[in-house]
Amino acid sequence: MNVVVERPGLLTTLQDLGRSGRQHLGVPVNGAMDEVSHRMANWLVGNDDGEATLEMTLAGPTLVFGADAVIAVCGAGMSAKVDGEVLPQWRPVRVPARARLAFGRARWGSRAYLAVAAGFDVPAVMQSRSTALLGGYGGFRGRALRKGDVLDLRSPDEAHTVRWIGLLSRTHRGLAYPSWSVSRARLPRPQTLQTIRVLQGRHWQAFPVAVRDQLIQGEYRVLPDSDRMGFRLEGQALEARRGNDVLSEGVVMGAVQVPPGGQPIVLMADRQTAGGYPVIAVVASIDLPLMAQLAPGDRLHFELITLEQSYVELAARERKLGMIREALWARLR
Amino acid sequence: MTEATSAGPHLFTMGDRALVVEYGRTLNAAVNARVRACAEYLLAHPLPGVTDVVPAYAALTVHFDPRLVGADQRSVNPMETMREALTRVLAKAPETPKYKANTVEIPVCYGGEFGEDLEDVAQRCNLTADDVVKRHAKPLYEVYMLGFVPGFAYLGGLDRSIATPRRDTPRKRIPAGSVAIGGEQTGVYPFETPGGWNLIGRTPLTLFRIDAEPPVLMQPGDRVRFVPIARARFDRLRNGPDKALDGVPPSEPER
Repeated sequence: MNVVVERPGLLTTLQDLGRSGRQHLGVPVNGAMDEVSHRMANWLVGNDDGEATLEMTLAGPTLVFGADAVIAVCGAGMSAKVDGEVLPQWRPVRVPARARLAFGRARWGSRAYLAVAAGFDVPAVMQSRSTALLGGYGGFRGRALRKGDVLDLRSPDEAHTVRWIGLLSRTHRGLAYPSWSVSRARLPRPQTLQTIRVLQGRHWQAFPVAVRDQLIQGEYRVLPDSDRMGFRLEGQALEARRGNDVLSEGVVMGAVQVPPGGQPIVLMADRQTAGGYPVIAVVASIDLPLMAQLAPGDRLHFELITLEQSYVELAARERKLGMIREALWARLR
Repeated sequence: MTEATSAGPHLFTMGDRALVVEYGRTLNAAVNARVRACAEYLLAHPLPGVTDVVPAYAALTVHFDPRLVGADQRSVNPMETMREALTRVLAKAPETPKYKANTVEIPVCYGGEFGEDLEDVAQRCNLTADDVVKRHAKPLYEVYMLGFVPGFAYLGGLDRSIATPRRDTPRKRIPAGSVAIGGEQTGVYPFETPGGWNLIGRTPLTLFRIDAEPPVLMQPGDRVRFVPIARARFDRLRNGPDKALDGVPPSEPER
C-alpha cells in the first residue's frame, strides 16, 4: 500500500506528537503544530494519537492512493476533493484505489492534517516520526514531500477492515463515510482578530509595566516569514529590555520572545531547544492549536490569564477530547 | 513569574508547561557545573510528567506535560505540584556532576575557502592569521550547553584577544562543520544553517548522527581542543571512514 505525491503542496511534512526527551542534547522537539487537529485525525481512523499524520501548510498536495484506504482530514479547510468530489472533513472516509485526493488553498486556518488508518510506514528516528526540517532527519527522508515521492502505508488488519465496511454506510461516487462527523463547532476556529491567551513569561517582571501593557493592549499581525520555527509578529515595537541580553536557556513552544528590535517572535514546533532573548509571555497551552492555525497577514491580540485559568481550560478541553475519543473508539475499535 | 524566597536556586515559571531553575545570572564554570549536576540527577531520577530536562549556562529548564501532573483533577495546580516535587528532588542533587567528561579533539582546517573571515578576524584583532589560529587551537574549551541546532556546543574558554563581534549581515548559509567566532564565543556548526559568526575554518567531523547513541559528538561538561590540520588531511578524514563519535585518531599538528 502506498501513496504517490503528484503535487507536493507548499510545505507538507510527516509529524507526530514530537521528539521529547533529548532536548538536553540540543535535539529539538518538532511535531504537529496543531496538536488537537493531529490527534483528532488519528482518532477518526482508529489510530493512537502518536501516529504520524501529514501536516499540510496553506496550500495542500495532490495524492494518489495505490490501494483502498481509510483516511481523515482535520484542521484547516483546504477544499479537499477526491476525483472532483468534495471530501468531507472531520470524519473517516474510505477512498478507493487509484483515487486522486487534491487539496487546494486554505480557506480558513493554515494547517490541515491527513491521517490514514494504520499509519504511514516510515522509520522512527530517536523514537519519533516527526520531520526535523533543519536537521534533515525523521518523517519522510527528513524533508518536506516532493513531486514523485512514494509513501508506504501500513496495512490495517483484516478485522479492522471488516468493521469499516459496516461503519461507512454512506457511499457516494466511490467514497464511503459515516453520516456523523466530529462537530467543528466544538473545536476552536480562528477569528478575524484572534485573541491568544498568554501567561506571564519567565522575564515578565524584568519588563517595565508600560511594556507589559503595550503587549497586552497592542494588536499584532503575523508576518510572511513566519514558519514552523516561529511566528514573527508586527505591531507597535516593544521597548526592548535594557542592559545585557539574557543568558541562553531552554525555551518552550509558545514563548513570546522580545529581540532587540522589539517586534515579538512566538516560538513554535521547530523552535531551538534554547534561546537568548527575554521571554515576556508564553502562549497558554490551550491556545497553541489556534496560534498554529494563524496565517501570514492574520491579526491577533494577547489576553493575559492566570496559571489557574490556563489549567482549568486545558483540563476542560482534555475532558471534551477524551469524550470524543471514547465515542469514536467505541465505534471503530 | 514567582521567585522562591529561600536561599538556593530561584524557580521561575515559563508558561504552563515549564519551570526554569536559575542558579545564577552570569557565565561561570562553577554555576554551570551545578546546573549540569542537577540536570543529570533529574534525568536519572525522573519525576512523573517531566518530558525534558535542559541544562543551560546558568539555569535548568524542566519541561512537563500538565496533563500528566494531575491536571485532570480540577483542584490540583500542576505547576505547584511540579514546583514542590522539583524543590524536594533538587535538594538531593549533588553539587558537581558525576558525568566523566571526555576530551574531544576536533581537527580543523583553518583559513582559505573554509575560513573566509580568518584574515578579517586577524585584522580586527591586530594579529596575523597564524596567531589567531594558534590562539584558537590552544585552550582546552569546556562545553557549557548544547542547543541552537542539534549537536551545537556552546564552548567556554575563548582567548579574549581573538573575540570578534558578529558580522553585521548574517550569512544565509554556513556550511556544516564550519568553525566560527561570535563575540566571546566559539563553536562548530553541525548543519548548514544561517549564521552571523565569523568563519575561521572547518572540521571534517560529523557532529550529530541520528544512528549514534548519544547522537552528539560533544556533551555538556566535555573538554574540547581544536587541532589544526592541513587540507590534504581534511580531505582524507572527510572521505575516509567517518570517525565522528568514535574518537579521532591521534593527530599530529600539521601547521
